[in-house]
Amino acid sequence: MTMDSRQIIFGIDSFGDLPQNEDGKLMTQAQAIRQVVTEGILADNLGLDVIALGEHHRSEYAISSPETVLAGIATQTKKITLASGVTVLSSDDPVRVYERFATLDALSNGRAEVVLGRGSFTESFPLYGYDLSDYNLLFEEKIELFTKLLTEKAVTWSGKTRAALTDVEVYPKTERGRLAARIAVGGSPESVVRAARYGFPITLAIISGSPKRFVSYVELYRKAAQKFATQAFPIGIHSHGVIAESDEEAVDLAWKHIRKSFVRIGKERGWRPMGKAQFEKEVKNGSIYAGAPETVAQRLAATIKQLDAGRFELAYGAGELPVQARLKTIELYATKVVPRVKELLAKE
Amino acid sequence: MTTTIGILGAGKLGTVLAQLTTAAGYHVLIAGSGHVAKIQLTVEVLIPAAVPTTIAEVCHQADIVILALPLSKYQTLSPAALAGKLVIDAMNYWWETDGNREDLTNTHYSSSEQVARYFHKSHVVKALNHMGYHDLFDEPRLQGQPGRKAIAIAGDEEKYVEETVKLVDRLGFDPVRAGSLADSGKMEPGSAVFGANVTKKELKKLLTDFSKTKYGQ
Ligand SMILES: NC(=O)c1ccc[n+]([C@@H]2O[C@H](COP(=O)([O-])OP(=O)(O)OC[C@H]3O[C@@H](n4cnc5c(N)ncnc54)[C@H](OP(=O)(O)O)[C@@H]3O)[C@@H](O)[C@H]2O)c1
Repeated sequence: MTMDSRQIIFGIDSFGDLPQNEDGKLMTQAQAIRQVVTEGILADNLGLDVIALGEHHRSEYAISSPETVLAGIATQTKKITLASGVTVLSSDDPVRVYERFATLDALSNGRAEVVLGRGSFTESFPLYGYDLSDYNLLFEEKIELFTKLLTEKAVTWSGKTRAALTDVEVYPKTERGRLAARIAVGGSPESVVRAARYGFPITLAIISGSPKRFVSYVELYRKAAQKFATQAFPIGIHSHGVIAESDEEAVDLAWKHIRKSFVRIGKERGWRPMGKAQFEKEVKNGSIYAGAPETVAQRLAATIKQLDAGRFELAYGAGELPVQARLKTIELYATKVVPRVKELLAKE
Repeated sequence: MTTTIGILGAGKLGTVLAQLTTAAGYHVLIAGSGHVAKIQLTVEVLIPAAVPTTIAEVCHQADIVILALPLSKYQTLSPAALAGKLVIDAMNYWWETDGNREDLTNTHYSSSEQVARYFHKSHVVKALNHMGYHDLFDEPRLQGQPGRKAIAIAGDEEKYVEETVKLVDRLGFDPVRAGSLADSGKMEPGSAVFGANVTKKELKKLLTDFSKTKYGQ
């Protein structure tokens, strides 16, 4: 199923991390949201294929409502796909998720994409009054309903986690007849099988460790799709990175910022801070893509080839990365890295 | 005779441990919480040499059982079914999955002491809990290979600690003794050891430094 390298999709991902501005001060959440809109427009101008924005409910991230920010980007861009990454379906209402993204799809002339998943945090559960221990039931029921809503036909559904629907039409209808939708998964094999069972494309969130670990997950996805007689789509990948003119500068930024965000999150979970050796391993052949354009391109090409992926999304801006470094990352990624990755993959 | 390892929990940790134990030549059985059918395909693709089965069968057939399920769920298992066996506790308290549980977070007892009290007819050893599953997957190395990483092991019965030491070594890690189950608090979340993917020398140092940390007082 090897992809034509020209068709590989490249995107950027943000959670609305608060950047430092030029004088080293942290932007407000409102500024950070406007910054993401600026970056979305830049990405579109530079020809990137996707911007994906994740839902969070935490002080260091400004985006709790990705589709609203995406709507802001929609009316000022032409081609770029406007995706969430992720929408926490289990603590949301599938009907409203459909409605919001179908609205975004209208505003953007058919460029909306909803990416469903659990994400790496759990704040949305208590916030919206759900019990995390019901996660599997919530996701299972809601994905079932959402799959029906995606047909854009009258829906009949009943379950334990929301009110039943009998022959209900949900609006607006899209012009394409179907919203683009995928499921993002982390390290749980069960989620991979489930996504295949419902016939969704998957994005693998590869946050740490070697991408190699996921080779068998890709096989699992394809075998599961075969078993359930659903379609297996090209795989997407989401990982962190920062690109600068030199390797040294990029690695330094990654240490100061990407590592900082990992340490902060890890601390809440009782993990010891990531040490130098672990960090270097992640940069060398793990899941932090930090370097000059050629370095990052070589590593990305290797990962894409290893996982036979059809899409890569670079999470940029973690850990208060300064605004100039964010813009530089996007620019170098779009103008240098992406063309070079395509070239490297075409050679083979 | 080949030792049979039973793994309870077929999630992130359970599947990686099954990959490591099968690669080390053990006969491996694995079970999740539900029907065998639910994990069948996963096991077939990710761990072709392991056998997916029920919790009851794992408990019945295995010589050594590894607990790789959420800590809040161990009491759903039958202590009688695990009587007489070496039970390796790889579980940690994690509020996001386990909920806010005062019984699991008290500082008087390590979580493994509570697990051992529950499985009082088994021989409980704490191990394989502090390294992230992706590191467990990436890091196995042969004995003596440079950069080999270490795994802390704590237990009260020398015979079973020794058995765990051998197992950890066979999986590709340097075993490091970390004392009794009462001492195993120093391997729990929040300790300097938790998340450690380091060599034997560094791990020993982290374990010794424990008394100087916040949790060590
Ligand atoms: N993730 C890591 O890096 C890591 C590292 C070291 C230690 N640990 C520890 O390992 C344990 C599992 O973590 P994980 O990350 O692997 O979680 P996970 O991916 O959510 O997997 C948990 C597994 O346990 C199963 N399970 C749940 N309730 C059960 C029950 N009553 N009886 C038998 N199986 C049951 C689940 O099956 P269903 O899906 O069918 O419910 C699932 O297969 C936790 O205690 C964790 O602290 C994790």
